[in-house]
Amino acid sequence: MEKIEKANTEALRRLLAGDPVLVDVVPAGEAIEGLGKHHILHAGPPIGWERMCGPLRGAIMGIAVFEGWANDLKDGAAKAEAGAFRFEPNHDYGAVGPMTGMTTQGQPVLVVENRTFGNRAYCAINEGLGKVMRFGGNDAEVLARLAWLRDTLGPALGRAIRETGGIPLKPIIARGLTMGDEMHQRNVACSSLLLRILAPWLARTSKDSEALARCLDFIGKNDQFFLNVAMTVGKALTDPARGIEGSSLVTAMCRNGTDFGIRVSGVGDTWFTAPVEMPVGLYFPGYTANDANPDMGDSAIVETVGLGAFAMAAAPAVVGFIGAGPASGAARFTRSMGEITAGNNPEWAIAMLDGLGVPTGIDIRLVVETGIVPNINTGIAHRRPGMGQVGAGIVKAPMLCFTQALEAFAAKLGVVY
Amino acid sequence: MADEDKTTDGKKPASLLGQPLRVINVGLERFAEDLAAHGTTVQHVRWAPPAGGDARLADLLSKLGS
Repeated sequence: MEKIEKANTEALRRLLAGDPVLVDVVPAGEAIEGLGKHHILHAGPPIGWERMCGPLRGAIMGIAVFEGWANDLKDGAAKAEAGAFRFEPNHDYGAVGPMTGMTTQGQPVLVVENRTFGNRAYCAINEGLGKVMRFGGNDAEVLARLAWLRDTLGPALGRAIRETGGIPLKPIIARGLTMGDEMHQRNVACSSLLLRILAPWLARTSKDSEALARCLDFIGKNDQFFLNVAMTVGKALTDPARGIEGSSLVTAMCRNGTDFGIRVSGVGDTWFTAPVEMPVGLYFPGYTANDANPDMGDSAIVETVGLGAFAMAAAPAVVGFIGAGPASGAARFTRSMGEITAGNNPEWAIAMLDGLGVPTGIDIRLVVETGIVPNINTGIAHRRPGMGQVGAGIVKAPMLCFTQALEAFAAKLGVVY
Repeated sequence: MADEDKTTDGKKPASLLGQPLRVINVGLERFAEDLAAHGTTVQHVRWAPPAGGDARLADLLSKLGS
Protein backbone atom coordinates (compact mmCIF):
# COMPACT_ATOMS: atom_id res chain seq x y z
CA MET A 1 0.00 0.00 0.00
CA GLU A 2 1.59 3.24 -1.17
CA LYS A 3 0.40 5.28 1.80
CA ILE A 4 2.11 2.87 4.21
CA GLU A 5 5.34 2.78 2.23
CA LYS A 6 5.50 6.59 2.16
CA ALA A 7 4.74 6.85 5.87
CA ASN A 8 7.34 4.23 6.73
CA THR A 9 9.94 5.96 4.59
CA GLU A 10 9.33 9.14 6.59
CA ALA A 11 9.36 7.29 9.94
CA LEU A 12 12.63 5.59 9.06
CA ARG A 13 14.08 8.89 7.89
CA ARG A 14 13.28 10.45 11.25
CA LEU A 15 14.69 7.48 13.16
CA LEU A 16 17.95 7.74 11.22
CA ALA A 17 18.24 11.53 11.01
CA GLY A 18 18.32 12.17 14.74
CA ASP A 19 21.37 13.77 16.36
CA PRO A 20 21.33 12.81 20.06
CA VAL A 21 23.58 14.94 22.26
CA LEU A 22 24.13 14.56 26.01
CA VAL A 23 23.49 18.08 27.27
CA ASP A 24 22.92 17.91 31.01
CA VAL A 25 22.20 16.02 34.23
CA VAL A 26 19.55 17.63 36.41
CA PRO A 27 16.97 16.53 39.01
CA ALA A 28 14.06 14.80 37.29
CA GLY A 29 11.61 17.18 38.94
CA GLU A 30 13.26 20.10 37.14
CA ALA A 31 13.63 18.40 33.77
CA ILE A 32 10.37 16.52 33.39
CA GLU A 33 7.28 18.67 33.17
CA GLY A 34 4.45 17.43 35.35
CA LEU A 35 6.58 15.16 37.54
CA GLY A 36 5.80 16.04 41.13
CA LYS A 37 5.43 14.76 44.65
CA HIS A 38 4.10 11.21 45.16
CA HIS A 39 4.44 10.69 41.42
CA ILE A 40 6.37 7.59 40.35
CA LEU A 41 7.29 6.82 36.76
CA HIS A 42 8.05 3.16 36.07
CA ALA A 43 9.25 0.98 33.23
CA GLY A 44 6.90 -0.62 30.75
CA PRO A 45 3.30 -0.03 29.83
CA PRO A 46 0.79 1.24 32.44
CA ILE A 47 0.22 -0.97 35.48
CA GLY A 48 -1.35 -0.62 38.92
CA TRP A 49 0.10 -1.76 42.25
CA GLU A 50 -2.16 -4.80 42.36
CA ARG A 51 -0.63 -6.33 39.19
CA MET A 52 2.98 -5.28 39.79
CA CYS A 53 5.65 -7.97 40.12
CA GLY A 54 7.92 -8.38 43.15
CA PRO A 55 10.95 -6.37 41.99
CA LEU A 56 8.77 -3.46 40.80
CA ARG A 57 7.00 -3.36 44.15
CA GLY A 58 10.36 -3.55 45.90
CA ALA A 59 11.68 -0.60 43.93
CA ILE A 60 8.56 1.44 44.61
CA MET A 61 8.79 0.79 48.34
CA GLY A 62 12.46 1.84 48.22
CA ILE A 63 11.98 4.96 46.13
CA ALA A 64 9.13 6.08 48.41
CA VAL A 65 11.54 5.97 51.35
CA PHE A 66 14.28 7.65 49.31
CA GLU A 67 11.97 10.53 48.38
CA GLY A 68 10.74 10.89 51.97
CA TRP A 69 7.20 9.85 51.07
CA ALA A 70 7.29 6.81 53.39
CA ASN A 71 8.88 6.16 56.78
CA ASP A 72 10.13 2.70 55.87
CA LEU A 73 9.60 -0.03 53.26
CA LYS A 74 6.53 -1.42 54.97
CA ASP A 75 5.00 2.03 55.12
CA GLY A 76 5.87 2.50 51.44
CA ALA A 77 4.02 -0.70 50.51
CA ALA A 78 0.99 0.28 52.61
CA LYS A 79 0.84 3.72 51.03
CA ALA A 80 1.21 2.27 47.54
CA GLU A 81 -1.61 -0.17 48.19
CA ALA A 82 -3.77 2.63 49.60
CA GLY A 83 -3.33 4.64 46.39
CA ALA A 84 -1.07 7.34 47.84
CA PHE A 85 1.20 7.30 44.78
CA ARG A 86 0.47 8.06 41.16
CA PHE A 87 2.01 5.48 38.83
CA GLU A 88 2.64 6.21 35.15
CA PRO A 89 4.96 4.91 32.44
CA ASN A 90 8.26 6.69 31.84
CA HIS A 91 7.42 6.74 28.15
CA ASP A 92 4.54 9.15 28.73
CA TYR A 93 7.01 11.74 30.03
CA GLY A 94 9.80 11.49 27.46
CA ALA A 95 11.71 9.23 29.84
CA VAL A 96 12.97 5.66 30.03
CA GLY A 97 14.38 3.55 32.85
CA PRO A 98 16.14 0.17 32.95
CA MET A 99 14.47 -2.84 34.63
CA THR A 100 12.09 -1.39 37.29
CA GLY A 101 12.83 2.04 35.79
CA MET A 102 12.12 4.27 38.77
CA THR A 103 11.99 7.97 37.90
CA THR A 104 10.99 10.40 40.64
CA GLN A 105 11.47 14.10 41.23
CA GLY A 106 14.59 13.91 43.39
CA GLN A 107 16.65 11.64 41.17
CA PRO A 108 19.18 13.14 38.76
CA VAL A 109 18.46 12.32 35.12
CA LEU A 110 20.60 12.32 32.01
CA VAL A 111 19.25 14.80 29.47
CA VAL A 112 19.74 13.93 25.80
CA GLU A 113 18.66 16.43 23.19
CA ASN A 114 17.88 15.34 19.65
CA ARG A 115 19.29 18.38 17.89
CA THR A 116 17.72 17.49 14.56
CA PHE A 117 14.17 17.62 15.90
CA GLY A 118 14.58 19.57 19.17
CA ASN A 119 13.04 16.98 21.51
CA ARG A 120 14.62 15.84 24.77
CA ALA A 121 14.70 12.47 26.54
CA TYR A 122 15.56 11.52 30.12
CA CYS A 123 16.89 8.58 32.09
CA ALA A 124 18.27 8.14 35.62
CA ILE A 125 21.98 7.44 36.11
CA ASN A 126 23.05 3.78 36.07
CA GLU A 127 23.62 2.57 39.63
CA GLY A 128 26.25 -0.06 38.83
CA LEU A 129 26.02 -3.80 39.35
CA GLY A 130 25.02 -5.90 42.34
CA LYS A 131 22.17 -4.96 44.62
CA VAL A 132 20.54 -1.98 42.92
CA MET A 133 17.08 -0.47 42.70
CA ARG A 134 16.62 -1.20 39.02
CA PHE A 135 16.59 -4.90 39.95
CA GLY A 136 14.24 -4.30 42.87
CA GLY A 137 16.91 -3.71 45.54
CA ASN A 138 15.80 -1.36 48.31
CA ASP A 139 18.01 -1.77 51.39
CA ALA A 140 20.12 0.89 53.12
CA GLU A 141 23.07 0.33 50.78
CA VAL A 142 20.86 0.86 47.72
CA LEU A 143 19.28 4.01 49.14
CA ALA A 144 22.67 5.41 50.22
CA ARG A 145 23.99 4.98 46.69
CA LEU A 146 20.94 6.77 45.29
CA ALA A 147 21.58 9.62 47.73
CA TRP A 148 25.20 9.86 46.56
CA LEU A 149 24.05 9.93 42.93
CA ARG A 150 21.63 12.72 43.83
CA ASP A 151 24.00 14.77 45.98
CA THR A 152 27.41 14.21 44.36
CA LEU A 153 27.65 12.40 41.02
CA GLY A 154 24.54 13.93 39.44
CA PRO A 155 25.54 17.54 40.12
CA ALA A 156 29.17 16.82 39.15
CA LEU A 157 28.08 15.32 35.83
CA GLY A 158 25.72 18.21 35.22
CA ARG A 159 28.49 20.79 35.75
CA ALA A 160 30.93 18.90 33.55
CA ILE A 161 28.52 18.15 30.71
CA ARG A 162 27.25 21.73 30.56
CA GLU A 163 30.86 22.90 30.19
CA THR A 164 31.43 20.58 27.23
CA GLY A 165 28.62 22.27 25.34
CA GLY A 166 27.10 18.86 24.73
CA ILE A 167 28.54 15.45 23.88
CA PRO A 168 27.39 13.96 20.54
CA LEU A 169 26.45 10.35 21.23
CA LYS A 170 26.03 8.75 17.81
CA PRO A 171 29.78 8.74 17.13
CA ILE A 172 30.46 7.10 20.52
CA ILE A 173 27.97 4.34 19.77
CA ALA A 174 29.40 3.90 16.26
CA ARG A 175 32.83 3.38 17.75
CA GLY A 176 31.51 1.12 20.51
CA LEU A 177 30.01 -1.17 17.86
CA THR A 178 33.52 -1.67 16.48
CA MET A 179 34.80 -2.47 19.98
CA GLY A 180 32.40 -5.26 20.89
CA ASP A 181 29.48 -3.37 22.48
CA GLU A 182 25.85 -3.85 21.49
CA MET A 183 24.71 -1.23 24.05
CA HIS A 184 22.40 -3.48 26.05
CA GLN A 185 24.29 -6.25 27.84
CA ARG A 186 27.73 -4.93 26.89
CA ASN A 187 28.62 -1.25 27.32
CA VAL A 188 32.23 -1.52 28.45
CA ALA A 189 33.68 0.23 25.38
CA CYS A 190 31.17 3.09 25.28
CA SER A 191 31.38 3.59 29.06
CA SER A 192 35.15 3.95 28.70
CA LEU A 193 34.90 6.23 25.66
CA LEU A 194 32.45 8.50 27.47
CA LEU A 195 34.61 8.60 30.58
CA ARG A 196 37.56 9.57 28.40
CA ILE A 197 35.60 12.62 27.26
CA LEU A 198 34.09 13.41 30.65
CA ALA A 199 37.16 13.03 32.88
CA PRO A 200 38.93 16.31 32.11
CA TRP A 201 35.68 18.26 32.35
CA LEU A 202 34.84 16.59 35.67
CA ALA A 203 38.30 17.58 36.89
CA ARG A 204 37.99 21.19 35.66
CA THR A 205 34.62 21.68 37.32
CA SER A 206 35.41 19.93 40.61
CA LYS A 207 36.53 21.67 43.80
CA ASP A 208 36.83 18.48 45.85
CA SER A 209 39.50 16.05 44.69
CA GLU A 210 38.23 13.20 46.86
CA ALA A 211 34.68 13.55 45.52
CA LEU A 212 36.13 13.76 42.01
CA ALA A 213 38.12 10.57 42.57
CA ARG A 214 35.01 8.76 43.74
CA CYS A 215 33.05 9.93 40.69
CA LEU A 216 35.77 8.76 38.32
CA ASP A 217 36.10 5.48 40.20
CA PHE A 218 32.35 4.86 40.10
CA ILE A 219 32.04 5.44 36.36
CA GLY A 220 35.29 3.61 35.61
CA LYS A 221 34.21 0.49 37.49
CA ASN A 222 30.72 0.37 36.00
CA ASP A 223 30.78 -1.46 32.67
CA GLN A 224 27.08 -0.68 32.23
CA PHE A 225 27.33 3.05 32.90
CA PHE A 226 26.59 3.81 29.24
CA LEU A 227 23.44 1.63 29.15
CA ASN A 228 21.29 4.45 30.52
CA VAL A 229 22.89 6.88 28.07
CA ALA A 230 22.14 4.53 25.16
CA MET A 231 18.55 4.16 26.37
CA THR A 232 18.14 7.92 26.48
CA VAL A 233 19.51 8.04 22.93
CA GLY A 234 16.92 5.45 21.92
CA LYS A 235 14.09 7.48 23.40
CA ALA A 236 15.37 10.71 21.85
CA LEU A 237 15.57 9.04 18.43
CA THR A 238 12.19 7.29 18.50
CA ASP A 239 9.96 10.09 19.80
CA PRO A 240 10.10 12.14 16.56
CA ALA A 241 8.91 9.04 14.66
CA ARG A 242 5.69 8.83 16.71
CA GLY A 243 2.29 9.67 15.27
CA ILE A 244 3.00 9.40 11.55
CA GLU A 245 -0.31 8.46 9.94
CA GLY A 246 0.00 5.26 7.97
CA SER A 247 3.33 4.13 9.47
CA SER A 248 3.55 0.54 10.68
CA LEU A 249 6.92 1.03 12.38
CA VAL A 250 7.38 0.39 16.11
CA THR A 251 8.28 3.45 18.20
CA ALA A 252 8.59 1.79 21.61
CA MET A 253 9.00 -1.65 23.17
CA CYS A 254 9.07 -2.04 26.95
CA ARG A 255 8.14 -4.32 29.84
CA ASN A 256 7.05 -3.88 33.44
CA GLY A 257 7.67 -7.43 34.67
CA THR A 258 4.03 -8.36 34.06
CA ASP A 259 3.20 -7.03 30.59
CA PHE A 260 5.18 -6.39 27.44
CA GLY A 261 4.01 -3.33 25.50
CA ILE A 262 4.66 -1.82 22.09
CA ARG A 263 3.65 1.40 20.40
CA VAL A 264 3.28 1.83 16.65
CA SER A 265 3.78 5.15 14.89
CA GLY A 266 0.52 5.10 12.92
CA VAL A 267 -1.64 4.13 15.91
CA GLY A 268 -0.75 7.04 18.17
CA ASP A 269 0.15 6.34 21.77
CA THR A 270 -1.96 3.23 22.23
CA TRP A 271 -0.14 0.41 24.06
CA PHE A 272 -0.50 -3.08 22.67
CA THR A 273 0.27 -5.44 25.51
CA ALA A 274 0.62 -9.14 26.21
CA PRO A 275 2.02 -11.16 29.12
CA VAL A 276 5.78 -10.70 29.20
CA GLU A 277 7.94 -13.77 28.67
CA MET A 278 10.65 -15.27 30.85
CA PRO A 279 14.19 -14.63 29.62
CA VAL A 280 16.27 -17.63 28.63
CA GLY A 281 19.80 -17.21 29.87
CA LEU A 282 22.51 -17.88 32.40
CA TYR A 283 22.22 -17.45 36.15
CA PHE A 284 24.74 -16.23 38.70
CA PRO A 285 26.06 -18.95 41.07
CA GLY A 286 23.40 -20.03 43.55
CA TYR A 287 20.42 -18.97 41.39
CA THR A 288 18.20 -20.82 38.92
CA ALA A 289 15.27 -20.07 36.64
CA ASN A 290 13.00 -20.67 39.65
CA ASP A 291 14.33 -17.43 41.15
CA ALA A 292 13.74 -15.35 38.02
CA ASN A 293 11.15 -12.68 37.41
CA PRO A 294 9.63 -12.32 33.93
CA ASP A 295 11.36 -9.72 31.81
CA MET A 296 11.22 -6.03 32.67
CA GLY A 297 12.50 -2.56 31.76
CA ASP A 298 12.36 0.20 29.16
CA SER A 299 15.78 -0.90 27.92
CA ALA A 300 14.25 -2.55 24.85
CA ILE A 301 14.25 0.99 23.44
CA VAL A 302 17.83 0.20 22.36
CA GLU A 303 16.56 -2.73 20.27
CA THR A 304 13.89 -0.38 18.86
CA VAL A 305 16.70 1.70 17.31
CA GLY A 306 18.74 -1.28 16.12
CA LEU A 307 21.07 -1.89 19.05
CA GLY A 308 21.10 -4.66 21.68
CA ALA A 309 20.13 -8.03 20.19
CA PHE A 310 19.68 -6.34 16.80
CA ALA A 311 23.40 -5.46 16.84
CA MET A 312 24.53 -8.81 18.24
CA ALA A 313 26.91 -9.37 15.30
CA ALA A 314 29.03 -6.55 16.72
CA ALA A 315 29.23 -8.16 20.14
CA PRO A 316 29.98 -11.89 19.90
CA ALA A 317 31.11 -11.98 23.54
CA VAL A 318 27.57 -11.13 24.60
CA VAL A 319 26.16 -14.27 23.00
CA GLY A 320 28.03 -16.47 25.46
CA PHE A 321 27.37 -14.16 28.42
CA ILE A 322 23.62 -14.41 27.96
CA GLY A 323 23.66 -18.11 27.09
CA ALA A 324 22.41 -17.66 23.53
CA GLY A 325 24.72 -20.19 21.90
CA PRO A 326 28.20 -19.99 20.38
CA ALA A 327 29.79 -16.60 19.75
CA SER A 328 30.16 -17.59 16.09
CA GLY A 329 26.37 -17.42 15.84
CA ALA A 330 26.22 -13.70 16.68
CA ALA A 331 25.61 -12.62 13.09
CA ARG A 332 22.57 -14.88 12.86
CA PHE A 333 20.72 -12.72 15.41
CA THR A 334 21.37 -9.51 13.49
CA ARG A 335 20.47 -11.05 10.12
CA SER A 336 17.27 -12.43 11.58
CA MET A 337 16.25 -9.01 12.90
CA GLY A 338 17.02 -7.64 9.44
CA GLU A 339 14.04 -9.59 8.16
CA ILE A 340 11.59 -7.55 10.25
CA THR A 341 13.04 -4.07 9.83
CA ALA A 342 12.51 -1.36 7.22
CA GLY A 343 16.17 -0.52 6.71
CA ASN A 344 19.67 -0.20 8.11
CA ASN A 345 21.47 2.58 9.91
CA PRO A 346 24.60 3.46 7.91
CA GLU A 347 25.97 5.49 10.83
CA TRP A 348 26.04 2.40 13.05
CA ALA A 349 27.90 -0.10 10.90
CA ILE A 350 28.94 -3.60 11.94
CA ALA A 351 32.43 -4.52 10.75
CA MET A 352 31.68 -8.24 11.10
CA LEU A 353 28.93 -7.82 8.47
CA ASP A 354 31.19 -5.93 6.05
CA GLY A 355 29.94 -2.57 7.27
CA LEU A 356 26.22 -3.29 7.10
CA GLY A 357 24.28 -0.88 9.30
CA VAL A 358 22.27 -2.15 12.26
CA PRO A 359 18.73 -3.22 11.27
CA THR A 360 16.38 -0.37 12.12
CA GLY A 361 12.65 0.34 12.04
CA ILE A 362 10.68 -2.71 13.18
CA ASP A 363 7.68 -3.14 10.87
CA ILE A 364 4.74 -4.88 12.56
CA ARG A 365 3.65 -6.23 9.17
CA LEU A 366 6.96 -8.03 8.71
CA VAL A 367 6.84 -9.41 12.27
CA VAL A 368 3.38 -10.90 11.75
CA GLU A 369 4.13 -12.11 8.24
CA THR A 370 7.41 -13.86 9.04
CA GLY A 371 6.59 -15.01 12.56
CA ILE A 372 9.95 -13.55 13.64
CA VAL A 373 9.59 -11.46 16.79
CA PRO A 374 12.18 -8.97 18.08
CA ASN A 375 14.88 -10.46 20.30
CA ILE A 376 15.94 -8.48 23.34
CA ASN A 377 19.12 -8.89 25.36
CA THR A 378 18.29 -8.45 29.01
CA GLY A 379 19.24 -8.73 32.66
CA ILE A 380 17.23 -11.06 34.89
CA ALA A 381 15.85 -9.84 38.23
CA HIS A 382 14.97 -11.99 41.25
CA ARG A 383 11.22 -12.41 41.48
CA ARG A 384 11.12 -11.32 45.13
CA PRO A 385 11.35 -7.65 46.20
CA GLY A 386 14.73 -6.42 47.34
CA MET A 387 16.88 -9.27 45.98
CA GLY A 388 18.45 -7.76 42.85
CA GLN A 389 19.95 -9.29 39.68
CA VAL A 390 20.31 -13.06 39.33
CA GLY A 391 21.37 -13.47 35.69
CA ALA A 392 21.29 -12.29 32.09
CA GLY A 393 19.63 -13.68 29.00
CA ILE A 394 17.61 -13.12 25.90
CA VAL A 395 13.86 -12.74 25.63
CA LYS A 396 11.43 -12.61 22.74
CA ALA A 397 8.73 -9.98 22.35
CA PRO A 398 5.29 -11.65 22.48
CA MET A 399 3.71 -12.05 19.03
CA LEU A 400 0.33 -11.11 20.50
CA CYS A 401 1.45 -7.47 20.83
CA PHE A 402 2.12 -7.37 17.10
CA THR A 403 -1.04 -9.11 15.94
CA GLN A 404 -3.15 -6.79 18.11
CA ALA A 405 -1.26 -3.79 16.76
CA LEU A 406 -1.69 -4.98 13.18
CA GLU A 407 -5.46 -5.28 13.57
CA ALA A 408 -5.70 -1.81 15.14
CA PHE A 409 -3.42 -0.39 12.45
CA ALA A 410 -5.54 -1.92 9.70
CA ALA A 411 -8.74 -0.64 11.30
CA LYS A 412 -7.27 2.87 11.50
CA LEU A 413 -6.60 2.73 7.76
CA GLY A 414 -10.11 1.42 7.11
CA VAL A 415 -8.78 -1.99 6.05
CA VAL A 416 -10.95 -4.79 7.33
CA TYR A 417 -10.90 -8.53 7.01
CA MET B 1 14.74 -45.67 -22.42
CA ALA B 2 11.44 -44.00 -23.37
CA ASP B 3 11.54 -40.71 -25.29
CA GLU B 4 9.99 -38.83 -22.38
CA ASP B 5 13.03 -39.75 -20.21
CA LYS B 6 15.39 -37.89 -22.55
CA THR B 7 16.31 -34.23 -22.17
CA THR B 8 15.51 -31.78 -24.98
CA ASP B 9 18.95 -32.25 -26.49
CA GLY B 10 18.34 -35.99 -26.64
CA LYS B 11 20.94 -36.88 -24.02
CA LYS B 12 20.22 -39.14 -21.09
CA PRO B 13 20.07 -37.19 -17.79
CA ALA B 14 22.67 -38.01 -15.13
CA SER B 15 21.44 -40.36 -12.46
CA LEU B 16 20.44 -38.49 -9.31
CA LEU B 17 21.76 -41.20 -7.04
CA GLY B 18 24.96 -41.71 -8.98
CA GLN B 19 26.58 -38.51 -7.73
CA PRO B 20 26.97 -36.73 -4.39
CA LEU B 21 23.71 -35.20 -3.22
CA ARG B 22 23.37 -31.43 -2.90
CA VAL B 23 20.11 -30.52 -1.22
CA ILE B 24 18.07 -27.35 -0.92
CA ASN B 25 15.81 -27.71 2.09
CA VAL B 26 12.78 -25.42 2.39
CA GLY B 27 10.79 -25.01 5.58
CA LEU B 28 11.57 -27.31 8.49
CA GLU B 29 15.18 -26.70 9.47
CA ARG B 30 15.46 -30.02 11.29
CA PHE B 31 15.50 -31.87 7.97
CA ALA B 32 18.51 -29.80 6.92
CA GLU B 33 20.25 -30.44 10.23
CA ASP B 34 19.76 -34.20 9.91
CA LEU B 35 21.12 -34.23 6.37
CA ALA B 36 24.08 -32.09 7.37
CA ALA B 37 24.79 -34.42 10.30
CA HIS B 38 25.14 -37.25 7.77
CA GLY B 39 27.60 -35.29 5.67
CA THR B 40 25.21 -34.15 2.94
CA THR B 41 25.76 -30.72 1.44
CA VAL B 42 22.58 -28.82 2.28
CA GLN B 43 21.42 -25.24 1.93
CA HIS B 44 18.51 -24.40 4.18
CA VAL B 45 15.89 -21.87 3.10
CA ARG B 46 13.86 -20.56 6.00
CA TRP B 47 10.24 -20.38 4.97
CA ALA B 48 6.90 -20.49 6.71
CA PRO B 49 3.42 -19.66 5.55
CA PRO B 50 2.61 -15.95 6.05
CA ALA B 51 1.32 -15.18 9.57
CA GLY B 52 1.99 -18.78 10.58
CA GLY B 53 -0.89 -19.94 8.39
CA ASP B 54 -3.51 -17.70 10.02
CA ALA B 55 -5.78 -16.95 7.03
CA ARG B 56 -7.36 -13.88 8.62
CA LEU B 57 -4.04 -12.18 9.41
CA ALA B 58 -2.61 -13.24 6.05
CA ASP B 59 -5.56 -11.55 4.34
CA LEU B 60 -5.02 -8.37 6.36
CA LEU B 61 -1.33 -8.41 5.49
CA SER B 62 -2.04 -8.75 1.80
CA LYS B 63 -4.41 -5.77 1.96
CA LEU B 64 -1.75 -3.79 3.86
CA GLY B 65 0.75 -4.43 1.12
CA SER B 66 3.00 -6.83 2.95
